[in-house]
Amino acid sequence: MYRYDSTDQQIIDERVAQYRDQMARHLAGELSGDDLRPLRLQNGLYIQRHGPMHRIAVPYGMLSSAQLRKLAEISRRYDRGFGHFTTRHNMQFNWPKFEETPEILAELATVQMHAVQTSGNCVRNVTTDHFAGVAPDELADPRPYCEIIRQWSTFHPEFAFLPRKFKIAVNGAASDRAVIRAHDIGLEIVRDEAGSIGFKVFVGGGLGRTPILGQVAREFLPRRHLLSYIEAVLRVYNRYGRRDNAYKARIKILVQALGIEEFKRQVEAEWAHLEDGPATLTDTEFARVAAHFAPPAYESLPAADAGFAARQNDDKAFANWVKRNVHAHKVPGYAAVTLSLKKTGAAPGDITDTQMCAAADLADRYSFGELRVSHEQNLLLVDVKQSDLYTVWQIARAQDLATPNIGLLTDMICCPGGDLCSLANARSLPIAEAVQTKFDDLDYLHDIGDISLNISGCMNSCGHHHVSNIGILGVDKNNEEWYQITLGGQQGNDATIGKVIGPSFTAEEVPAVIGALIDVYIELRTPSERFIDTLQRVGSEPFKARAYAGRDRRKPAVAANDAQPTPAKVANA
Amino acid sequence: MPEIIKNGAIVADSWQLFKLAAGETAETVALPAGPLLVPLAVWLARRQELAARGEADSNPLGVWLDAGEGPEALAGDLDRLAVVGVNFPKFTDGRSYSSARLLRERYGYTGEIRALGDVLYDQLFAMRRCGIDAYALRADQNLEKALAGFATFSETYQAAVDQPQPLFRRRAA
Repeated sequence: MYRYDSTDQQIIDERVAQYRDQMARHLAGELSGDDLRPLRLQNGLYIQRHGPMHRIAVPYGMLSSAQLRKLAEISRRYDRGFGHFTTRHNMQFNWPKFEETPEILAELATVQMHAVQTSGNCVRNVTTDHFAGVAPDELADPRPYCEIIRQWSTFHPEFAFLPRKFKIAVNGAASDRAVIRAHDIGLEIVRDEAGSIGFKVFVGGGLGRTPILGQVAREFLPRRHLLSYIEAVLRVYNRYGRRDNAYKARIKILVQALGIEEFKRQVEAEWAHLEDGPATLTDTEFARVAAHFAPPAYESLPAADAGFAARQNDDKAFANWVKRNVHAHKVPGYAAVTLSLKKTGAAPGDITDTQMCAAADLADRYSFGELRVSHEQNLLLVDVKQSDLYTVWQIARAQDLATPNIGLLTDMICCPGGDLCSLANARSLPIAEAVQTKFDDLDYLHDIGDISLNISGCMNSCGHHHVSNIGILGVDKNNEEWYQITLGGQQGNDATIGKVIGPSFTAEEVPAVIGALIDVYIELRTPSERFIDTLQRVGSEPFKARAYAGRDRRKPAVAANDAQPTPAKVANA
Repeated sequence: MPEIIKNGAIVADSWQLFKLAAGETAETVALPAGPLLVPLAVWLARRQELAARGEADSNPLGVWLDAGEGPEALAGDLDRLAVVGVNFPKFTDGRSYSSARLLRERYGYTGEIRALGDVLYDQLFAMRRCGIDAYALRADQNLEKALAGFATFSETYQAAVDQPQPLFRRRAA
């Protein structure tokens, strides 16, 4: 992974000093709360329902074991002994003390970590595929580009106060595992006819209250133009994005208003001035950064380890885990492993300090000392020898990190919701737990198979409910929590925004409604169909009918498609 | 006399920032004597008259651009302007950073670019990077303390006006 040189370290150390000074001036009454607010947000500090929340960047999901141990230590010293992984390669601490946050940043800087631009109306933490560098279907490793973008975006002087937040994702594999079309800029690594690396550029995607998939701005952008082209997009957005209404300030609204053709024309006109300028990426710089992501010292191993196969035959629990949590690797004899953070009873994405240390130890012993965070809120060891998998499983299981549910119904993406987040309209964690509890039977879960169920506590959509097969959105109606269900969303190459099925449900109804949707699938599926396949083949009507069967308690006032819940509060509290 | 920060030092400043009041029109409003920063609308309406006035030593002239007003409107006039102001109606409105860079990098303006409006200590570093060299800070700001804001970072990643080569080109050297 990327290791700071003395300049990178100095910049991060100076950032800590800047933030420390800002907080000191604030506490001395020299910097008002209003003037501090955008500054602390760009250092990851929110003020939430119960107090501060500190969002730490895990740039493009890469973590060293030392970094994870540092997160564990911070969680013990400054929080309550756990952290929460978000959908954007961040870790959130929910219980820090406001005045101790400069110390947290100083601690992080000692392991080359930070909270730079994890919030605020600026370029956020760049995200990517959690299998980057090891995926068999990968065209090129996206991480060097992520790091190059990270450095370019860090304290960019022109783009610190954009109309709204700005998210960039990069995918380098045949399958999109970074939801790139749900980002302000999505970059897909492609080759042109001559075999040169470049990017297919999507712009204007995003979830939130107006979910829109990104549109193609460039079929092929040569690699060297990466930064100058992004800079042109950002400049057009900075100058012309709406600032009068925070709900309409994302770049997707500008792209929609102008139309993709006019937007492209404006970007190209701006880029014509920047093309081949100093921001043009040099081969030297690419090589310098890419060298940090060189493959580790893999052993030469047979493609299939005999002992690994035998263990699966002997131990059904292990076999179940392998089936769901072990993934193909491009190097023979190796595998990638997901350490599930979706055990029933724990908030999705939460991890204790003990688990962090155990995962760091596993990484040191079995995966070259590195880990990944996925946007599905799990932790991964991506370079494990097949012959070590049984041992890894046993250790992970002892730490409650081996729930064999990856890609299954209980592997849900879920935001912290109303229990913690001051933006939320409704709680999401109790809903997640209720659904997990209802589907706690492993055999049944495995029988249901591949499915995604995501939960957001408000229409800011941090829980990615728009792009899951079953989406649950918390809404507030007259100070009561209600839950709207969407069907048919999916991520990946066929990314689709789900559709609302009708009036919302009470919290108590949600597990039974999910059960009804699953029953319809079980009854109608063909042997090879996943939930989404059956849904697409038969349409949503049978699902809707079952979901509302016996629930005809809709009042006229809310009977109309109540997709107009209380307006969400804009993020950046 | 009011003070501003200019080229890294606190200096007395005699420029008047002129704004159109309600009911006044750009074409007819009476303009005070002395160094004057006029709104873009006044400049566009009375370019000949103001250019002649600006040639007098006692009446140097500048134009200020509001956040939504691009420097394109001044592209042909810049050699006649001693100062171009760029306004920050709120410090969280970042449009004028782009305006400043365009003035320097695209239109080659070498005169003073002055930050106006909600200009605060914590944004000075980025403003200077974008080519702003004079700062009329918000009235409550302590100018002596704010000078430290230019020294926040000793190195930067991106190309900008103050450092036309990105770090990666200098690292490679």
